[in-house]
Amino acid sequence: MTQTKHIKTLNNANLKESAVKGGCGECQASCQSACKTSCTVANQKCEK
Amino acid sequence: MIHKYKLNGYNIVLDVNSGAVHIVDDLTYEILDYLDENMTKSLPDILADKLSDKYNIDDIKAIYEELYNLFEMGQLFSSDDYEQFSDMMVKAPVKAMCLNIAHDCNLRCEYCFASKGGYGGHRMLMPFEVGKKAIDFLIEHSGTRHNLELDFFGGEPLMNFDVVKQVVEYARSIEKQHNKNFRFTITTNGLLLTDDKIEFINKEMSNVVLSLDGRKNINDKLRLTLNNKGSYDAIIPKYQKLVASRGDKDYYVRGTFTKHNLDFTKDVLHMRELGFTQLSIEPVVSDPMLDFSIKQEDLPRVFEEYERLANTIIECKKNKNNFNFFHFMIDLEQGPCAIKRLRGCGCGNEYIAVTPEGDIYPCHQFVGNENYKMGNLNDGTFNTDMKEMFAKSNVYTKSDCRNCWAKFYCSGGCNANNFQYEGDILKSHKTSCELEKKRLECAIMIKAAMADFNADTNNNSVCDREDCFAECK
Repeated sequence: MTQTKHIKTLNNANLKESAVKGGCGECQASCQSACKTSCTVANQKCEK
Repeated sequence: MIHKYKLNGYNIVLDVNSGAVHIVDDLTYEILDYLDENMTKSLPDILADKLSDKYNIDDIKAIYEELYNLFEMGQLFSSDDYEQFSDMMVKAPVKAMCLNIAHDCNLRCEYCFASKGGYGGHRMLMPFEVGKKAIDFLIEHSGTRHNLELDFFGGEPLMNFDVVKQVVEYARSIEKQHNKNFRFTITTNGLLLTDDKIEFINKEMSNVVLSLDGRKNINDKLRLTLNNKGSYDAIIPKYQKLVASRGDKDYYVRGTFTKHNLDFTKDVLHMRELGFTQLSIEPVVSDPMLDFSIKQEDLPRVFEEYERLANTIIECKKNKNNFNFFHFMIDLEQGPCAIKRLRGCGCGNEYIAVTPEGDIYPCHQFVGNENYKMGNLNDGTFNTDMKEMFAKSNVYTKSDCRNCWAKFYCSGGCNANNFQYEGDILKSHKTSCELEKKRLECAIMIKAAMADFNADTNNNSVCDREDCFAECK
């Protein structure tokens, strides 16, 4: 977390970095439907 | 693109393309109304024109400088550079399978998407031979992928548990020689759980999903046995036994909320009171004509309840009564790579479903729709054109997603829901989108609140890890 006088940033944003090294496909499938424990991919883990 | 919103006293700014989350003061929040991707080092005239009557110009300049620094660091109005990766997974191997081991069920839940277990066809249990072929298919089509997922699903998979065990045993017997690691999961209504089944599940299943809608009267209203009785009393002791002996392996107690329990925070808390810590409750997705459906006009009430639940979770975390609510779990630091985020489940491409007859569908939600049958394990057919069609479904080919702030978190949503309710896998199901966005806003707000709490109390001991399955002491 970083903080200046008017802005607090909660995280070190790394989505762009992740694209460079990503795409290995080893991560869990993330069903988006309502009948499984479905949901957003945002909570999933990277296997790397 | 940014998304800014106010919630629970926080002014929250998400920089969509980098994933950065900023909490800003009121003036900064207002200044952002006048800025976009074309920031320049010098203060734009519009800020002085619009705001200098109301605010001190030195404050405006100072804030602009802070914002410009973020812009230069790629944490504000960052560009969307990911479309170049959108076809990267088109030739991906199959790595996950939903094995519909039983097209039959011992409950008759009113809201069941699978026609109360039968998927619209005749009720049938999967023979082992089909399960064996499914394992062989997955290994054969998984290329160099090491981790393979297989979810035992139904209907009710415990109605065919001998075959579940045989399939697991067969997969384990050949996984090493093929350099694979099977991760099994199972979704059950719990009625047929016994000590030996619990022992097997806890040994072999990397995740188990235990269906429960929450409070007894809520659960028993729609989750009915064949003789029209509620299921709550029969399953709770079994779930508690399973979880108590599960150690640190994943599980979820998972429910559905409907129009009948828009106060579902109470159901989440009830699950917690029963001793469960990994909780999930999701909105029913159903024909709007049904009396329990959640419709557009219900959304303000549902949003209010999500906020109530978020605030409840914050208070629980502060009091070290920690539990995970699946839909508010978000990892702002790492999480999946951007390439994964361009498409969600990978249904029809990396993920498929197999029926007891050996038919292959893009996912369990498409089962029974002949137009989406991809092939059959017995005759060796597999429609790779359909695979490619699904593979090309991503946040850039879905017009509603392309310019949506939530696209890297929901990854385009559920293709099956899109098809069923909007008639096209590329057309987003509006109600689901709005619910998803609200949940994301709440999830991020919880992060902001816990960052505040930890800073105020200098107390980093409050566990805010999303992968923490231990109860904080």
